[in-house]
Amino acid sequence: MGVINFEELFESKLAKNDIIEPKDWMPDNYRKHLIRQISQHAHSEIVGMLPEGNWITRAPSLRAKLVLLAKVQDEGGHGLYLYTAAESLGTSRDEMLDALLTGKAKYSSIFNYPTLTWADVGAVGWLVDGAAIMNQVMLQRTSYGPYARAMVRICKEESFHQRQGYELMTHLAFGTPAQKEMAQDALNRWWYPTLMMFGPPDVESPNSENAIKWRIKRETNDELRQRFVNQSMPQIEYLGLTVPDKNLKWNETKKGYDFSEPDWTEFKAVIKGNGPCNKERLASRNKSHNEGAWVREAATAYAKKQNENYEAA
Amino acid sequence: MTSQEALFNYNLRLGDTSLILAQRLSEWTGHGPFLEEDLALTNIALDIFGRGKALLEYAAKTEGKGRTEDDLAFFRNDREYFNALITEQPNGDYAKTIVRQALIDCFDLAFYSELSKSKDETLAGIAAKSIKEITYHKRHSFSWVNRFGNGTEESFNRLQNGLNEIWPYAGELFEMNEVDALLIKEGIAVDLSMLKANWEKEISQLLAKANLVAPEGTYVQTGSRKGLHGEHLSYILAEMQSLPRMHPTAKW
Ligand SMILES: [Fe+2]
Ligand SMILES: [Fe+2]
Ligand SMILES: [Fe+2]
Repeated sequence: MGVINFEELFESKLAKNDIIEPKDWMPDNYRKHLIRQISQHAHSEIVGMLPEGNWITRAPSLRAKLVLLAKVQDEGGHGLYLYTAAESLGTSRDEMLDALLTGKAKYSSIFNYPTLTWADVGAVGWLVDGAAIMNQVMLQRTSYGPYARAMVRICKEESFHQRQGYELMTHLAFGTPAQKEMAQDALNRWWYPTLMMFGPPDVESPNSENAIKWRIKRETNDELRQRFVNQSMPQIEYLGLTVPDKNLKWNETKKGYDFSEPDWTEFKAVIKGNGPCNKERLASRNKSHNEGAWVREAATAYAKKQNENYEAA
Repeated sequence: MTSQEALFNYNLRLGDTSLILAQRLSEWTGHGPFLEEDLALTNIALDIFGRGKALLEYAAKTEGKGRTEDDLAFFRNDREYFNALITEQPNGDYAKTIVRQALIDCFDLAFYSELSKSKDETLAGIAAKSIKEITYHKRHSFSWVNRFGNGTEESFNRLQNGLNEIWPYAGELFEMNEVDALLIKEGIAVDLSMLKANWEKEISQLLAKANLVAPEGTYVQTGSRKGLHGEHLSYILAEMQSLPRMHPTAKW
C-alpha cells in the first residue's frame, strides 16, 4: 500500500457527497473559507439580535412580547451553535469576537437598517428571516458536518420566525388604518434591503466554483432573488399591500415576476460601514462586551480558585 | 372588601410583580456580559413573563369586567400597579441585577411552593408550574452571587454595592395587608410571615459564602401594596405601554 493521498481522499469524499468531520484532513482553503463563512454567519445572528431587540420592552401585547423575546433568544442560540461549529475548525471564540468588535469581520448588512416601528419586527421576521432561509436551506446538506447539523436546527427555527413575522403583519394589515399604514411603510423600507441579502447580481459576482463543489452554494444570487420575489408576491397580495416597485409585474414567459434591481450603490455603501446603523450596532456590541469584561474575569478567577482548592485537597 | 375583590388585588400583586421584573430582565437581552449568560437571563425573563401573563389572565377573570390581561398590563397607570418595589429598581450593573434576582428567587421559591397548596386551583396550578422554573432561577442567581463574591476584587465590590442599593426593598416582599388576612382565612393566600425566618437564614448563608455584609439598620421601603411606587415605575410603563395607548382600538 502506498502513501495515502489526503487531497484525493478529500476530493473523493466530496464527490460521493460524504460529510467532512473536524478530525478529517481538509485543504487549507476549504478550512479558511468555512471559518470565514461560519463566523460571519454567527456574527450576523448576534448583531441581528439588536434591531429586533429594540422592540422587546415596547411589544404591544404580552403574547407579542413572549414571541419576540423567544425569537431574539433563538438568534443568540444560532450564534452559539455557529461559533461552536467554527471553533471545531481551529479558531477560537475570542479571535472571532475580536474580529467582529474591531470591525474586521463582516456580518449581514441587513442588520444595519433601523427598526423604526413595531411593523418592522414583523417585516424582519417575515422578509429577512425568509430570505435567510432561502439563502441557507442548502447548507443543511453542506459538506462540513458540524455546519450542516447546526443549519438543520437553525433552518427549522428560522421557518418558525418567518411564520410568526408574517402573522404579525397580518394583524397589522387587517387591523386599523394606522396599523395598515405602519405595515405598508415597513414593507416599503425593508423590500430592497431584503433583496440585497442575496448578494450582488451574478454578472458582478465572481462565480465561485469551490462554493458549489463544497456544497456551500447551489443556486446563483439572481436565481435565489428571483425565487424570493416569486414566493413573496402572493403573500404581499394577500395582505393587501404593495411593493415599492413600479416595474414589478408578472412575466408569463418566464413564469416569474420582473422587478427592479435594488440600489447597488447603497448596498456597497452599507457594506463599507456607511449604512444608517453600522456604527450603532458595532458600538452596542462593544459596549456590552466591555461592560461584561469584569463578569467574565470574575468567572475565570472563581473557576481558577476552585481548581486550586480541588488540587490542594 | 369581598373575597372576590381581595383575590383580584392579590392576582394583580403577583402578576404585576412578575411582569415588571421580567420587563427589567428583558432589558439585558442582546446586551448580556457574554452570549451564554445573555441566553440564560433571557430564559429567566421568558419564564417570569409567562407566569405574569398567566396571573394577569386570572386577574382579569376574577375582576369579571371583560378586561383582558393586555388591558390590565397596558392600560393601568402606575398608581394602579401593585408590583413589589424591588422589581422596578433599575438593573444597574450585572452584579446588582443578579443580587436582586437572588433575593427575589429565594423568596419566590418558598412562596410559590406554598402557593401550590392553595385552595384556589388556578393559583395552585400556576404556582406548581413555576416551582421547577424558579428552582433553576435560584440556582443560577445564587451561583453567580457566589462567583462574584469569590471572584475578583472588582466583582466583589460591585456585588456589595448592588446589595447595598437593593437591600432596602427586600423587606417589602413580606408585607401583608387586609387582602392577605382575608385570603389566608380562606386557605387561598400564603401567610408570608411563615416564610420570613427561612428566607433570612438562606440569604444570610448566601451572603456569608460570598463574603458580603448586609447593610445594617436599613429602613424598609414600602408602598406597592397600596399602589405607591418610586419614580422608576412610570417610566417603565411609559415605555411598555406606549404603543397600545397610541392605538387604543388596535389588536396586535
Ligand atoms: Fe440567520
Ligand atoms: Fe437566526
Ligand atoms: Fe430568525
